[in-house]
Amino acid sequence: MKFGVVISEGPYTHQAADTAYHFVKSAIAKGHEVPRVFFYHDGVNVASRLSVPPQDERNIQQNWTALAKDHGVDLVVCIAAAQRRGMLDDNEAKRQGKDASNIAEGFRISGLGQLIEMGIQTDRLVTFGD
Amino acid sequence: MSEIKKFLYVNRKAPYGTIYALESLEVVLIGAAFEQDVSLAFLDDGVFQLTKGQNTDGIGIKNFSPTYRALGDYEVTKLYVEQESLDERGLTLDDLQAVVYEDEDDDWEEKPSIRVVSRAEMADIMADQDVVLSF
Repeated sequence: MKFGVVISEGPYTHQAADTAYHFVKSAIAKGHEVPRVFFYHDGVNVASRLSVPPQDERNIQQNWTALAKDHGVDLVVCIAAAQRRGMLDDNEAKRQGKDASNIAEGFRISGLGQLIEMGIQTDRLVTFGD
Repeated sequence: MSEIKKFLYVNRKAPYGTIYALESLEVVLIGAAFEQDVSLAFLDDGVFQLTKGQNTDGIGIKNFSPTYRALGDYEVTKLYVEQESLDERGLTLDDLQAVVYEDEDDDWEEKPSIRVVSRAEMADIMADQDVVLSF
């Protein structure tokens, strides 16, 4: 089966990004496809490469980056939600005249259309959030 | 895009206090360009999103409630509001703003987009969807 995944809560405050990570990993291990994960609302904060959790805790961003690298999962961060929350890639930082960017490897910023497209192209859309 | 799916956006939270209602509306507006079969559901505190006379001057947050009235122009014409959620909050249809659309199949007659349904009917509406996005 082809799953689309939405993450709508922020990392560490909420378990959504962790549970979604375990779901996607397990689904792929079972032979399912997860072509894309869409980060919305505070979920966009997962993509920050500037997050530095304590050494003995899981690193949520790095978990996702590894998953993207190992399985080719397309990690899409909503641009509208990202801009509100100070999440910028190099291009966007330049365009907005900001002096830094913070999007981690494996993530890309794109529009809400990617969420709708994912809903159309997958068999099931699963949301992790409140 | 050849395949048309039924998309339901479920709105369950008050319009202010959290960003869910606003960011849900943003998805609906962008999603409208994909020409899918779109419905919106309002339940729990989500029914407050459609109340009329919203004034946000005191909280310094943009009042986005007029945007719901533009949904008809985006061919989003099915706004299901749960009766029990209204009742539980002491609200009636009269407390909600009028949201209308022009029915192209009926000589562009103006019709109400808001449809009040029971909790049981809402369950059927949800069961009938291909994609449910909950905010």
